Amino acid sequence: MTPLLDALFLQAGYNAALVAIGAGLLGFAGGATGTFLLLRKRALLSDAAAHATLPGVALAFIVMVALGGDGRNLAGLLLGSAITAGIGLVTIQWIVARTRLTEDAAIGAVLGVFFGIGIVLLTVIQTMSSGRQAGLEDFLLGSTAGMLRQDALVIAGGGALALALTWALRRPMTLVAFDAEYATAAGFKVSRIDLIMMLAALAVTVIGLKVVGLVLIVALLIIPPVAARFWTESVGRMIWIAGAIGGVSGYVGAAVSASAPNLPTGPLIVLVAAAAFVASLLFAPVRGVAAALIRQRRFKSRVHHRQGLLAIARQEPIREPFTLRLLQRENLIRADGVPTEDGRAAAAKVSRDERRWDIARRIHQDAGLTGRYDGLTPIEDVFTADEIGEFDRRIGPPVAVGG
Amino acid sequence: MTEMAGTIDVVAAQIGSGRAGATSGDAALSVRGLTVSYAEKPAVFSVDATFEAGAMTAIIGPNGAGKSTLLKACLGIVPRLSGDVELFGQPLEQARHRIAYVPQRASVDWDFPATVLDVVKMGLYRSVGLFGRLKGAPEARARNSLERVGMVGFADRQIGQLSGGQQQRVFLARALAQGADLYLLDEPFAGVDAATERAIVDVLKTLKSEGKTVIAVHHDLATVAEYFDRVFMINVRPVAEGPVSEAFKAETLVAAYGGRLAATHVDELALAGTRV
Repeated sequence: MTPLLDALFLQAGYNAALVAIGAGLLGFAGGATGTFLLLRKRALLSDAAAHATLPGVALAFIVMVALGGDGRNLAGLLLGSAITAGIGLVTIQWIVARTRLTEDAAIGAVLGVFFGIGIVLLTVIQTMSSGRQAGLEDFLLGSTAGMLRQDALVIAGGGALALALTWALRRPMTLVAFDAEYATAAGFKVSRIDLIMMLAALAVTVIGLKVVGLVLIVALLIIPPVAARFWTESVGRMIWIAGAIGGVSGYVGAAVSASAPNLPTGPLIVLVAAAAFVASLLFAPVRGVAAALIRQRRFKSRVHHRQGLLAIARQEPIREPFTLRLLQRENLIRADGVPTEDGRAAAAKVSRDERRWDIARRIHQDAGLTGRYDGLTPIEDVFTADEIGEFDRRIGPPVAVGG
Repeated sequence: MTEMAGTIDVVAAQIGSGRAGATSGDAALSVRGLTVSYAEKPAVFSVDATFEAGAMTAIIGPNGAGKSTLLKACLGIVPRLSGDVELFGQPLEQARHRIAYVPQRASVDWDFPATVLDVVKMGLYRSVGLFGRLKGAPEARARNSLERVGMVGFADRQIGQLSGGQQQRVFLARALAQGADLYLLDEPFAGVDAATERAIVDVLKTLKSEGKTVIAVHHDLATVAEYFDRVFMINVRPVAEGPVSEAFKAETLVAAYGGRLAATHVDELALAGTRV
């Protein structure tokens, strides 16, 4: 465990610290940028772009070697990857606009063809020159071995750019993701906003190629916002939560990878993000599964509580075991099913509220008020004391409930 | 088919004569030679239309007649094959800030991370800009819009929890927040409860009394005369246009709806129209 702890606390050497910080920044930019990809339902489009980077990497290597330069110059490789990824995106747009194919078919076709070309070119490179090509395969699954200070700076700069674009355009991008037709009518240039969103995603993809790898980079764009969605109902907060989840995933994944150099970086980062996703899915208080289960159980209890009390008020027998257990636990009925003093009082209140609601619906035609009637919301939450007094005046004096 | 085309021509001639008498108000929206086509099948063909400022106009016609497409083409949401659009006498792009559009509520995913107030504030994005404050006066304006549609108590509710009628009210509130002069609504009464329908009609009539212009795609022929003062009838081509009492008649309805509307139904509706 000590090598991992060292790496987590930046004690595993200058290079490992550099890598962890770089991956953390990348993860933050990926999560924040990916929020709008997810909301605009463009997640798979960025996967196609990521796979379309491979021929660019290979071609850039070939061109640089042919010109007598260093084939592994990172800036050159990233430029090449951005170019073919851009061509891939344009091709998808063209197919969707000009043919009867749907977007998913276009994405599948472009992803497969570009990735295939890339793999063929990689094989050609392996037969073409000897030794110097080592490392291009790292672009598939990512690696942090031999990462330089300038690589980390490229990641920081590109990530900051993507983040700044996303933040500056969060309003138009929110609007376009929610309601593109309204955005057009209001005078926003939807295609331009979509283009900037894709450029930001492309920037994250390209700078993340070396660390995470093109096969899994889409996970860094999509998993953090999907996880963040469980925690909030607000786009503004979702951007930062997704960024935080992505940042922590990048940092921890890179640290683990540094402490166990045989494990590829990309998959480790994605696994950490996936753990955050599973935790969010289960335990997030807003939309998590556990929270939903608890809410559902509570709702069920309220329904049975009310049904049981209404049955007492009407002097009908209670048959459902769940209702009986519930009312017994609250000391509203005795073990033999006979209502207690408290039970009769509560039953009288429930049945009185029912009649108050009847009156309320007759007096108040406003659906905004009476629409909140569900038999479970306490009437005191909807109407003021004097309004309820008026209902009671119309109902007449209280009626005792026998038991 | 030829018989049908003949009927349209006859009525089109009537439109021509009718329009001369109806040029009293200025045009809020006018389109000339508007054609929209999906593949090679025109959805809207060669439409000339003038929508009077300060009036409430219903766009009616059978399913697939191009009602919503006409609205969307006017706003540039679907591309125009030909034709141009003017707003208050200016080209569309120069007067865009004067329009508020209310899309069909089914056109968006309501499981979006936003509250009711967030959606209404979207109507202010254009005026406050990328970095302008949305708190303070803009927020008060958004809340005021919610008040007008009877939804102020729902401001912090997540939009996924709203009923269909409430969703429609939120969309209307977003348009109100824009403070536009021309309101374009796409089937505002589709699938909403009776109380919401009344609330929306009240808001629209208030807008008219403030001198605003309202144009709505409308489906329910039985309420045309009650809610609107003018109709624009379309079945790919324009069929009839004018005040409800003149243009909403048995012969124009037959021309627009053809055999799809039972003859008795036509009489009944035309009677409702002439009562106004």
